[in-house]
Parts: sequence; C-alpha cells; structure tokens
Amino acid sequence: MVDPIVFFIASAICLTGAFGVILARNPVHSALMLVMTLFGIAVQFVAQEAHFLAAVQVIVYAGAIVVLFLFVIMLLGVDKAQNLELSILPVQRWAALTFGAGSLAVLTAFIVNVREPVTGAESVGGIATGSENVRLLARSLFSDYVYAFELTSLLLVIAVIGAVVLARKPKDTEMVSSDSERSI
Amino acid sequence: MNGDPLYLDGVDLGDLGVMALKVVIAFVFLLVATMFMVWFERKLISDMQNRIGPNVAGPWGLLQTFADGVKFFFKEDLRPENADPLVFRLAPYISAVTAFLSFAVVPIGGSFGDGSSGTVTIFGRETFLQVADPPIGILLLLAMSSIAVYGVMLAGWASGSKYPLIGSVRASAQAISYEAALGMATVVVVVLAGTLSTHGIVEAQAGGITRWFVVSSGIVPFIVFLIAATAELNRPPFDLVEAEQELVGGFHTEYSSIRFALFFLAEFMNVITMSAIMVTLFFGGPAGPIFFGMTWFWPTIWFLLKVLAFLFVFVWFRATLPRLRYDQLMHLGWKVLIPLILFWLMFISLKELRAAYDWNWVATYGAALIALLAGTALLVAGLRAGDRAYEDEMEDV
Repeated sequence: MVDPIVFFIASAICLTGAFGVILARNPVHSALMLVMTLFGIAVQFVAQEAHFLAAVQVIVYAGAIVVLFLFVIMLLGVDKAQNLELSILPVQRWAALTFGAGSLAVLTAFIVNVREPVTGAESVGGIATGSENVRLLARSLFSDYVYAFELTSLLLVIAVIGAVVLARKPKDTEMVSSDSERSI
Repeated sequence: MNGDPLYLDGVDLGDLGVMALKVVIAFVFLLVATMFMVWFERKLISDMQNRIGPNVAGPWGLLQTFADGVKFFFKEDLRPENADPLVFRLAPYISAVTAFLSFAVVPIGGSFGDGSSGTVTIFGRETFLQVADPPIGILLLLAMSSIAVYGVMLAGWASGSKYPLIGSVRASAQAISYEAALGMATVVVVVLAGTLSTHGIVEAQAGGITRWFVVSSGIVPFIVFLIAATAELNRPPFDLVEAEQELVGGFHTEYSSIRFALFFLAEFMNVITMSAIMVTLFFGGPAGPIFFGMTWFWPTIWFLLKVLAFLFVFVWFRATLPRLRYDQLMHLGWKVLIPLILFWLMFISLKELRAAYDWNWVATYGAALIALLAGTALLVAGLRAGDRAYEDEMEDV
C-alpha cells in the first residue's frame, strides 16, 4: 500500500517536471526538469517496494541518458531558445496535437471507466521485498523472458553499430568537404 | 538478510532518535574528516616534495582548513554576467549533497562473523552502524556517482565561459567512460557476495583475510575499481577536468566564496567516501582482530585505519603520477579497463556457476580459455583496424 502523502508529493514533482520540460525556454532547463520527473518516478517505485527499479531509474535514465542529452546540447551549442516559427515539417505540429489529444482522451476514458483503481494484481515476481526483489526480477528476466531480454540487447548492439557506421563519413565525401573548407 | 533490526518491530520515537543520531554522527564525521583530509593531503604532499606545508594555523597547521573555510564564508560571492543564475547556484549543492548521500550506505563498525551480524546496541536498541541499509545498497553509490556528474557538468555550462565549459565536457565524458568499469568491478563483488546490500557484502567477507574480496575475486577487480574510482573522483593522474595549466581551474573557474568551498568540500568528501567504499567492497569493511573487551570499538578503529591507508594512496598518486593526455585517458578506459573487467566478470561468474552446478573442470575452463582467446583476437584485430583507419585519416589530412 502506497502512502497517499508520498504518492501525492511524488506525483506533484513528476507533473511539475513534465510541464517544465515543455514550457522551459532553454533546452538545458528542459533536460533538468526531465531529471526532476525521473526522480519523482523513482520515489514512486520506492514507495511500491520496487527498490531495484528505482535505482535503475536513477542510474540509467537520470545518470546516463539525460547526461547524454546535456552532453549533446552543450557540444552542439543549441543551448539558446529555438525559434519556434521555423518549422521544418508543417504537418508535425498538427500531428503532435492530434496524437497528444488522442492519448489524453484514451487515458482519461481508461481512468474513468476502471471501477476498482487498485487491482491487486501481482507483478511477475510476486510480492517480495528486500534483496529477494532483485533475485526474483533476475530470475524472471533470465528464464521466462530471456528471449525478449536478449532480443532487446541485440537491438541495442545494432543501434550502436548503426550509429558508428552513420558517424563515419565515407572517404569521398570527406575529401570534398575538406577541399571546400580549404577553399574557404 | 532482513535489513536493519532497528525497524523490525515498527518505528517509534526512540528509533527515530537513534536514526537522527546516526545521521548527525555521519554528517559531523564526514565534515571533520574532510577538514583533516585537506590538511593531511597538503602536509603529505609537502613532505613528498621537500617543503614544509601549512604550519601557521594551529599546531602543525592543523587548523589551516578551518581558517580557509572561515575565509571562504566572508569572501564576496561573484557571479559572471553570462551565467545562468539558477543553474549556477544549483550546481554546487548537487555536488555536495551527492557526496554526503553516498556515505550513508557504508558500514563503519560492528563486528561480523562468529554468530554476530554486525549489530551494535545504542540506547537499548539493536542497529547497524551505518546510516541506511537499503536493499539496493551498493547501487545507491552508483546512482549517486552518476548524479554527481550533473554538479560538474552544470557548473561548467552555467558559468557562461569557455574554460569551465571545456572542463565540464571533459568531465562528463570521463565520468561516463569510467562509470562502466567502476560498475562492472562492483558487479564482480556483488556476484561473489550474492547480495547488493553493503551490510551483506561485509557479512560475506567475515572470517579472515582470505575471504576478503580483494583476495577471493583475484586482485584484478580491485585494481580496476581503484583506477576507475580515481578517474571518477577527478583526482590526479585523471584530473583533466581542472587541469590548471590549460583550463585555469576547469569547471569551477568562475566560482568563488562559499560556492567554491562547496565544490572543494564535495571533492574531498568524495575521496573519503570512495576510500570507505573500497574498504567495504574489497577489504572486509570493519573486519579485524578484536583484542579485548569493547567489541564495538575495534571494528570502527580497523575501518578508520583502512580508510586512512587509501587516503594515503590517493595523495601518493597525486604527488607522483603525471597527468594523462585526453586520448590516453580514453584509451585506458575503453580499450584496457572495460575489456579486462568484462572478461574477469565472466570468469568469476563461470567459476561460481561451476561450483554451484558441479560442472566438469576441463570442459568449463577449456571453453573459457577458447572464449578468452577468441575475444582477445577479436579485440586486438579491432584495435589494429581502428589504429590503421586513424593513420589513414591523418595521412589524408
């Protein structure tokens, strides 16, 4: 049972962060607001005794992914307010609006229609606390869901190799670009 | 493995009191230890360099850090015009808070083994001598060290100046690179201990030096952890982040007064915490012989002595090793430490599995050897190809 006070405070942190992400003018501020949301979610995980997920949430999302975001923002120097009038895809804004409103409607309908908000359904690992929590999670990851798990890691490896291939410019284009640089 | 016995039968006011006492003790201990760590480092380095070092404030200059701290409080707090006001003020606190939090999971005393499970009795209540023993234990340390990157990174960016920015970009690249090796060296210990809890890890090492993980994991994970921890702490020889000859002061160039003091505090506090973590992970934590009476007293003494030994090692590194170049840093991190610790992790896991399922010796280690040879061949081929491509590129330019 989640303490309502913890739940509401953590939810308030999550929502503030989420609004901050889209409302902040500066990309770095947006990224920091995202970290705030992630921390709120980590607190929710701890409140539900999912300690391991909370730790992973902080280590992977806040500690690695957003750091990477910030890294890119700083390296590319896009840490200025972007001109919103300059849209590359005109359809994009309308599509985003439609999908956003659609998902909001589906979520609202779902929440309104569910009679019993607390289902009492157990997670795959069953209810467990303490270090058993980690053990059960590991057991189900490496037994029942081992194919899904391995396929996901394969996907990540493919993504890494893809990124390396894309980042390495072919020799010819590099010659051209260095020539043009020289002419400048 | 039920966690701190303090909370077993509900939490009353007295339990909260004990908890608060532990937090205050840990806080004060860290602050005082940091103060003397700064003095210790300056004095030791001056000894190694044939200088006298601080000797004016207090006996043997002991109060030098205290004097510096007071001075920091009264200095003007400058903020560059280009700085991002909010983030500029936020960054030092992130550094300081994460430095404090990581220490919370370190068991600083209590005797383990021989039926005792490291509890002490404070005011009639049994408890562990550590601020918290969360089930995720050591993961909290990794989480905090990955959050600590924000302090350095945001400080550099928010200063609105080029040297801090370069310093902070270097810092984040370095931290991300070495976190992998640090994490995997920790995983080796977790595999051997079978638990994430720091208390459980210390408990698993009880009963003699041969059971300490520095011995039973082979010395490799410890060495990798030590190198990666030094890099993670931005200590020499990995202090490219604040390389004063090229970057003025690195990420904290624009900071002054108490905000700079917070960075300074965080840096030295992290050195102490990292030493304590190494003692916990590899050197049995507070384990050591108990001579007479006072069973709660000796373990803490042993713990402090072990931490002191590591503090000495860190100062020693600083006094003797020249700073690495940026490409050497990346080379060491990605091409040496990570493959090495990855292999060692596999090897230790295999060893544990073989013991658990009673697999055939020859088949198990034969397969391991073949995998090792194939892996090494692939790695060497990859490195050669990379070097060749780099040389080609250089020729074209």
